[in-house]
Amino acid sequence: MELTSLSLSEVREELRAKNVSPLEVLQALEERIARVDPAIRGYVARDFESAAAQAKNADVSLPLGGIPIAIKDVINVLGEPCACASKILRGYRSPYDATVVKKLRAAGAIPYGRTNMDEFAMGSSTENSSISPTYNPWDTSRIPGGSSGGSAAVVAADEAFAALGSDTGGSIRQPAALCGCAGLKPSYGRVSRFGLVAFASSLDQIGPFTKTVRDSALMLNAISGLDTQDSTSLDEPVPDYAATLGQDIKGLRLGMPKEYFVGGIDPRVDETVRAAIRHYESLGAEIVEVSLPHTGHAVGVYYIIATAEASANLARFDGVRYGHRAAGAANLLEQYGKTREEGFGAEVKRRIILGTYVLSSGYYDAYYLRAQKVRTLIRRDFTTAFDKVDAIVCPTSPEPAFKIGERSDDPLRMYLADIFTIAANLAGICGISIPCGFAQADGKALPIGLQLLGKPFDEARLLKLAHAYEQSTPWHKQKPVL
Amino acid sequence: MRYLPTVGLEVHVQLKTRSKMFCACPVEFGAEPNAHTCPVCLGLPGALPVMNLEALRMTALSGLLLGCDIAPVCKFDRKNYFYPDMPKNYQISQYDMPLCAGGGVPLHDMAYPKDAQKNITHPDKVVRLVRIHLEEDVAKSFHFETSTGIDFNRAGTPLMEIVSEPEIDSPEEAFAYLTALKQILIHGGVSDADMEKGQLRCDCNVSVRPEGQKEFGAKIEIKNMNSISGVRRALAYEIARQIDACERGEALRQETRRWDDASGQTWLMRTKEYAHDYRYFPDPDLLPVKTDVLVGAVRGRLPELPAARRARYVADYGVSPYDAGVLANDIGLSSYFEAASKDSAKPKSVANWVLNDLLSALGASSGAIEACPVSPESLGKLVAVIERGEISGKQGKEVFAEMFATGKPPQTIIAEKGMKQESDTGAIEALCDQVIEANPKVVADYRAGKVSSINFLKGQVMKLSQGKANPGMVGEVLARKLADL
Ligand SMILES: [Zn+2]
Repeated sequence: MELTSLSLSEVREELRAKNVSPLEVLQALEERIARVDPAIRGYVARDFESAAAQAKNADVSLPLGGIPIAIKDVINVLGEPCACASKILRGYRSPYDATVVKKLRAAGAIPYGRTNMDEFAMGSSTENSSISPTYNPWDTSRIPGGSSGGSAAVVAADEAFAALGSDTGGSIRQPAALCGCAGLKPSYGRVSRFGLVAFASSLDQIGPFTKTVRDSALMLNAISGLDTQDSTSLDEPVPDYAATLGQDIKGLRLGMPKEYFVGGIDPRVDETVRAAIRHYESLGAEIVEVSLPHTGHAVGVYYIIATAEASANLARFDGVRYGHRAAGAANLLEQYGKTREEGFGAEVKRRIILGTYVLSSGYYDAYYLRAQKVRTLIRRDFTTAFDKVDAIVCPTSPEPAFKIGERSDDPLRMYLADIFTIAANLAGICGISIPCGFAQADGKALPIGLQLLGKPFDEARLLKLAHAYEQSTPWHKQKPVL
Repeated sequence: MRYLPTVGLEVHVQLKTRSKMFCACPVEFGAEPNAHTCPVCLGLPGALPVMNLEALRMTALSGLLLGCDIAPVCKFDRKNYFYPDMPKNYQISQYDMPLCAGGGVPLHDMAYPKDAQKNITHPDKVVRLVRIHLEEDVAKSFHFETSTGIDFNRAGTPLMEIVSEPEIDSPEEAFAYLTALKQILIHGGVSDADMEKGQLRCDCNVSVRPEGQKEFGAKIEIKNMNSISGVRRALAYEIARQIDACERGEALRQETRRWDDASGQTWLMRTKEYAHDYRYFPDPDLLPVKTDVLVGAVRGRLPELPAARRARYVADYGVSPYDAGVLANDIGLSSYFEAASKDSAKPKSVANWVLNDLLSALGASSGAIEACPVSPESLGKLVAVIERGEISGKQGKEVFAEMFATGKPPQTIIAEKGMKQESDTGAIEALCDQVIEANPKVVADYRAGKVSSINFLKGQVMKLSQGKANPGMVGEVLARKLADL
């Protein structure tokens, strides 16, 4: 068996038993990447020498000792490029470690490789990368999802044991679903955002991609907790998320939002997810119908709030202090204009313009302020639902991976790819996507994801539920043929 | 026709916190360019702001000193505009919920320019405030021949913006407003408020209207004044210019003008067409914080303000209102006076010494009160010695000059100069004779070898002299006389 096909927990055991050294693990991984990544293009940069030096000194007794972890190109790692897959940050190197990276290092892990993404995390297909698209390991003519498509693809293709991504409206869960791995979006405030290049500050959250739910728990153990450098991180206790895995889920109540199961869903997804829910029932969980009445407004609210925040967050990319600067500008205004015209891709520009518009004088009340009010209602929907149930269960994505280029000219249809994931970010709750089956297309198997949503800071219960399903089904063990 | 000017001031004050508003970088004026920067104040991708609570406290304190209402919640907003001195191209500021609202700045006679103190139109006027809010300062640009350099040391320094109501009626009142406000901020310990160092910056909104007209004229903003007297000059020029324009029938438009101190004129910078849409919205990186605990803590340590101090000097010490004002308005001078008069029986004499001898000596040596060679304790002792009549006032001046030159305490100088009063040997001899005669037994003891008995006799002499005799001399005279018996 190939070393790289092991899960994070398995490779950890091998390292602790001294059956392999951290350097051997890294070398095996690099060989795998060299072999399969030209077809996947999940990585945009790697520094083997630096990682090898860290591997030689790794302490395998630490929780993630000696294990390489791939990092989405939107999270700062000292000395490494951090371009957010954008031309405007090409050549930029981070002068500091994000808090999650510091925490990973403290747990003994080795940040290795920068993964591809939609530029500035804006997109659902990773086609908006200025470098290259990433290809779905299950069918390389299809997208891996996005925006963290690189992180999802490298974990699915055994090019990483785990990867970090960021989720603003589904950017971890949706690609995890489409690539067939586990993707966890922690509750807002669970994981520090310091060092995560902001897309939409009130929605962004960092989380892991892993091959198993147990691995997600181990990663969450390492990266969670209050950070004095992020005022929005919260001082909630960090339990051992692996401790409750394997416990009985009998009697737990799972809610099916009725608004999520009404047309518009690919029949293969609908059928597979319903089967998964029946499976939960067979495990002793109680299935209850719940209502999230403001669901229909989530996408609209999201695209107002996220773009408004993004329009300010991305203002700093102006060519004055770092990154791309346009040549030949006659004056300051022209320099700003040309730099941003050349540096940003179409989707980023579209969102900056939209965000600028909704904040403009005369429109603020009608758009931004109203969106914030509806956001409160959406949050309340979930609070009410969680009074009745322990978690919500639904599809992650309304359909399996689509073909590269299929949606490029239809941004509105692309936005609907996140229809089931967006509300969790607006409500600040936690969510996870795990594999629950496959759809067959063109002779290929395309993964389908099951989404579980939990109360704020209720990740332990969410992981327990996900683990129970995973361990009693075969889906997570299937691998793409590469 | 008579025209009435109306002026409102927007004052920016740098708080003297140790670290910046949203990061741990030190606040220091005059450091190497870009020495005090980090990912946060450089606006690097991924960096996040964290509130400096001391800045919140200082702003709340300023608000309490100025009689403002303090908002129950402190909330920050993003003010969006592009400029090279703005690291993030948005400024973290407060839009619809300033930390402080209302309140006012009381103007006092001595805050006016010297030449205007005799004709104050509205004595004891209080200029009301609209609001005080907290924001981060921007970086500083330096223009070279072919390029521009940006120093981000200043970027992120806590900045209070204090906005007055448009109810200042003259350049002199504006001068008094700024002077009085500055005194309060310095006494509160929230800022050094030095305009030359940019710690206090002022923009003026000025308009004129014909007497009897209710509506204000077109609001014209003036920027770039570097001193309080500069503000007065700029306003005087601008008011005259606007009245002149009105008289010639010209319509004034809302615009921003730049004051040029060298030419003594204002120049057009931009008209209203270029007005910004700042697209304010709540900063999602900073969750609103409750202010009740913070305000409670600040309320317990409110310093005494110049006006209260001045009144106390007049009422308790009998110092003249003018002298009391000079002492109270300058924090250095008033702290010195407080220390020097701490144990004094006559604080008024101490005040006179501080205001006359000390100030003129400092003036002659162009020294600052904080670096004065005469400690307040020494000056207090000198005044006490004079008050007790141990040395004369004339001798006191001599001792003070020596103290100022050498830094020695007064007792040392008096001893060195042998200045103690009752150097009149005749009087001391007479007292000694009197005591020897009245205590034959003690004298016999002394003569029998009990040398310490002389101390009793010495004490008796001092008592008779009511403490005025020079003890050293008394000892000498007694010893001589006893030996001669
Ligand atoms: Zn800093």
